[in-house]
Amino acid sequence: MSQDIFVIIEHLRGQVSEISYVMLAGARQLSKSTGGNVSAVLLGQNAQGLANNLAADKVLYLDHPALAEFTSNAYELALVGLIKENSPRVVLLGHSSIGMDVVGGLSINLGLPMVSSCRSFTADGKYISQICGGKIMVEGELPGPTALVTMVPGGYKAELGQSAQAPALTSIPAPALDNLRVSLSKYIEPDTSDVDITKEPILVAVGRGIQNKDNIELADELAKALSGAVCASRPVVDQGWMPTTRLVGKSGKQVKPKIYLALGISGAPEHMEGMGESDTIIAINTDPNAPIFNVAKYGAVVDLLDLTPILTEKIKQAKGG
Amino acid sequence: MKIAVPVKFVPDLVEELNIDPSGTALDTAWLRLIINEFDDHAVEQAILLKEKEGGQVTVITIESEGADDFLFAAAAKGTDQLIKLTGDFSHANNHGLARVYADILKELQPDLILTGVQAHNDLDGSVGPLLAEQLGLPYVGYVAGVSVMGDKVIARKEYSGGLVAEIEIKLPAVLGIQASEQPPRYIAYSKIRQVMGTAKIEEKTVAALDLSGGTTVSRMFQPEVAQRATMLEGGTDEVADKLVSIFKELGTL
Repeated sequence: MSQDIFVIIEHLRGQVSEISYVMLAGARQLSKSTGGNVSAVLLGQNAQGLANNLAADKVLYLDHPALAEFTSNAYELALVGLIKENSPRVVLLGHSSIGMDVVGGLSINLGLPMVSSCRSFTADGKYISQICGGKIMVEGELPGPTALVTMVPGGYKAELGQSAQAPALTSIPAPALDNLRVSLSKYIEPDTSDVDITKEPILVAVGRGIQNKDNIELADELAKALSGAVCASRPVVDQGWMPTTRLVGKSGKQVKPKIYLALGISGAPEHMEGMGESDTIIAINTDPNAPIFNVAKYGAVVDLLDLTPILTEKIKQAKGG
Repeated sequence: MKIAVPVKFVPDLVEELNIDPSGTALDTAWLRLIINEFDDHAVEQAILLKEKEGGQVTVITIESEGADDFLFAAAAKGTDQLIKLTGDFSHANNHGLARVYADILKELQPDLILTGVQAHNDLDGSVGPLLAEQLGLPYVGYVAGVSVMGDKVIARKEYSGGLVAEIEIKLPAVLGIQASEQPPRYIAYSKIRQVMGTAKIEEKTVAALDLSGGTTVSRMFQPEVAQRATMLEGGTDEVADKLVSIFKELGTL
């Protein structure tokens, strides 16, 4: 049993994911109340170089061919042994396609409690999680003996999790990783034939409030009038109303346009992850409590279906005159 | 191929959420529950696989407002077996749910278990991976697309930035569905009513839930707003005029 905080470093194809730095920054703050060191846990193959800019007291590195790229099965097996032997006070993982694949298994396998969607820690070491699409916050003591915590971005700046000085690295022998039932066949590159929404200065984004596929045209017209492009939140893409190339958010693109006009988007954390850094966010939503109004510079509580055609006309007039 | 889909219901976020007097939980008095949308996608993905590969689909839920309607709708869409677990779920967490689902799935012995990758009210992990470990099965989440190849499935797993990985998983396995290959199908109420006459919901009572592995909440609150948007008041026409002025100010017009 120690007071150390383990941060499971996420990386894909030789690149450390931003959430890893966010977690290191969070761990740094949390360690002030828990005491103990911040250990970055890096799993990979010939991946020592990825540790160079991690802001951690030390790096525990496990090297194995089966850990070259992330798969849930191999990662879980490697982490079970490491956590059992070291009994850290807290283990931080991303609330992501990587962390969420392994944390549940670790919890059941090791009989350890877990906390999801943690955004930040209080000065006295409590977790604060955001749930219900960002509408509800939850605070509580980190359960013991070892709390397995998945973190969302937003609470800490990634820069604070980076360091110019490479931390000390300790190689830990990896366990036997045989008879794996999950393997990576290949990566499929994102489709680049469509408009690259990450390069567009003006984005008209549509969410669930667009109601059906036919109404996408309203947003198209508006985008055209503004010389911008249309993008969408997850529900719109899942309905097949827009292609995945236009998806903004956690599992889609991260965009930083000059203007982000959000039509009928409530602003779930998964979406905010993709557009929170936009210069000017303007939100249109019929729900006055929609979390999107908390990040927007301007907002209006009107129905996008009423507003959009009128706005398009007025913009055309303004341009003509 | 036998496919099972355990689902759960979550608060409808369209409705206003209130905190109860204890300050540690949502006020359930006015809470409207709806199916976790990722679970809805999991049901659709199961039906799509059945249509392609043949087999049988079982949908399992705990009792909840709307549970019967959801199960009958699932039957009308093409699922074969409907199971509703009854008991006291008022303080259920996902660790507890995963354990009761695991018990029933041990009896059913499906080849493939599909669940929603997450739910918006998860506070102790998502059901899928907890369930997989209970059953000693592999788990892969964030899946949007599944195909079967003999004793394996190929899953399209999504990472941020639009990157997709093709992952091979040996069956039996649990997958966390992010999105079905086609959006969940619409089903006319008349069809659901037809099914209600013939489809049977099997009820199974479960004992008190084992909630260990979850977490405790000392305070629940609505987020403090650091900086709320400047709200544009007025009717649609007025709001449109104000937006045009803003676009001009920002130099886009």
